[in-house]
Amino acid sequence: MNLAVNSTMSPAQDHATREAAFAAALLDPALPMPAGLTTARGRPDPLRFAVYRNNVAVGLIRALEARFPVVEKLVGADFFKAMARAFIRTEQPATPLIFAYGDGFADFIAGFQPAASVPYLADVARLEALWTRAYHAADRAPLGIAALAAVAPEELALLRLVAHPAAALVRSAFPVGSIWQAHQGDTVATPASVAAETVLVARPDLAVTVTVLPQEDAAFAATLLAGATVGDAAEAALEANPAFDFGPAIVGLFALGAFTALETPDGASDD
Amino acid sequence: MATAVTTAPTPDTTHRTASLPVRAGLGLKPEHVHEILDTRPDIGFFEVHAENYMGDGGAPHRALAEIVSRYPLSLHGVGLSIGAARPLDPGHLARLRRLIERYRPQSFSEHLAWSTHDTGFLNDLMPLPYTQETLARVARHVDEVQQATGCRMLLENPSTYVLFEDSTIDEIDFLDAVAERSGCGLLLDVNNVMVSAVNHRLDPFAYIDRFPLDRVGEIHLAGYDETVDGAGDRLLIDAHGSAVRADVFDLYLHTIGRSGPLPTLVEWDNDVPSLAVLLAEANRVDAALADESARRGAPLRLRA
Repeated sequence: MNLAVNSTMSPAQDHATREAAFAAALLDPALPMPAGLTTARGRPDPLRFAVYRNNVAVGLIRALEARFPVVEKLVGADFFKAMARAFIRTEQPATPLIFAYGDGFADFIAGFQPAASVPYLADVARLEALWTRAYHAADRAPLGIAALAAVAPEELALLRLVAHPAAALVRSAFPVGSIWQAHQGDTVATPASVAAETVLVARPDLAVTVTVLPQEDAAFAATLLAGATVGDAAEAALEANPAFDFGPAIVGLFALGAFTALETPDGASDD
Repeated sequence: MATAVTTAPTPDTTHRTASLPVRAGLGLKPEHVHEILDTRPDIGFFEVHAENYMGDGGAPHRALAEIVSRYPLSLHGVGLSIGAARPLDPGHLARLRRLIERYRPQSFSEHLAWSTHDTGFLNDLMPLPYTQETLARVARHVDEVQQATGCRMLLENPSTYVLFEDSTIDEIDFLDAVAERSGCGLLLDVNNVMVSAVNHRLDPFAYIDRFPLDRVGEIHLAGYDETVDGAGDRLLIDAHGSAVRADVFDLYLHTIGRSGPLPTLVEWDNDVPSLAVLLAEANRVDAALADESARRGAPLRLRA
């Protein structure tokens, strides 16, 4: 081992090492201010480094407040800030696309002990995360129900439907859609339901839609959006709920803009 | 009519000045888009943060396409992390290239700062030491950006709260050398000059007097907040949450007195006021630009 090499660290390594120390101290207030920083008076000043620390925390917390406004209403601004402050230390934005930050927030909330008394909070966060995802999703015309009429009856069961880029489901043991809806105005309304809900988030054009699906359609929608054939999805739906009615279920999902193309068994697609 | 001042759609990659109109511009805020499209205020240009328009589709792109069909656009990046020790992110460069190809902005600018580390994007602009090593790296990164996007970029002077013990190069010399080596232009943020000058006990007017103003393609103005540091000294914070402060506006008048009129953006990103308040700020800047043009006996739009 050549010790001389270690003692002459290149400036590039040095810069990278210092940057790593700077970044680590930004995110962990328990760490001391990194070495090598000074002021015009020639004295390091932790209060000045604290400006960067604060900027990072405030910026990331603001991004979460923007994406999860109903979660914030449900727990209050102070609780939300404390929860967000804990989250930003576990996960930073994967890219500079700050609107996409917080995909892991719902799972974090699910395991965040102080929020355990609000058991539906994580599912509301899942819904809000999907809302932003739908808002920025690719522009695609939803597939109209007429496309289905062109399929031969014997091929229908083997058909797969391609999910619209904005379309996604939240399946919750709580009335997550009703709770979300009740918090859209300036004043909080009474949630319309206390039962479990499955919610479809979609964006047929520019406006994001949030729709509570009939409970008997939940398994069908979930299986279909996961890429199963229409036949397998219907089977899963009937197994989950004998009251499942194929006609209204498929027409309803098409009307909400859930799909963008269909794939026939021979591999051809039609959009 | 705003469209009357629209200039060539492709940035001039050989000339030292950007092709934004020599007017006041405003940061485009989503909450103002409808009002802007309905009332068509006479604004020189709009500026957007590139990263806010890097989603796949939806309302942001619909709105920006409408704005770009009526106004010149300045694209301002906050996420390239040009000052970092790590290489530029090829994925982010590719997103940027697609955005520039789609909207053909009259100017693209980024910061002398870093914002991404191993753990992810920090969503703020961090300072770097000024050494021969960082100078070589920043110049190389700027060159990579210009190669990848096919357009000449402007690099913005930072606002900083700390100094580095191992800095060996003056900030102005550093920026001038990056521009010389890479061929990029500079974006002069006059509020950042005031913030850094006060924070580091320098004379902001002397900073402007030493700055290579012939490389400047755009000026930024914004409001700062004020606190004190651990020694009890004034500490200015680059907050973008208020009107341009009086001392910064004086420094701006001094700047254009030396440089001549330049495209000038008013930034107001936090506690965003009504469009009317922003338009009043822009009018104040337009009046200053017109006065400077008149003082020089030249029509305002000559350089656009």
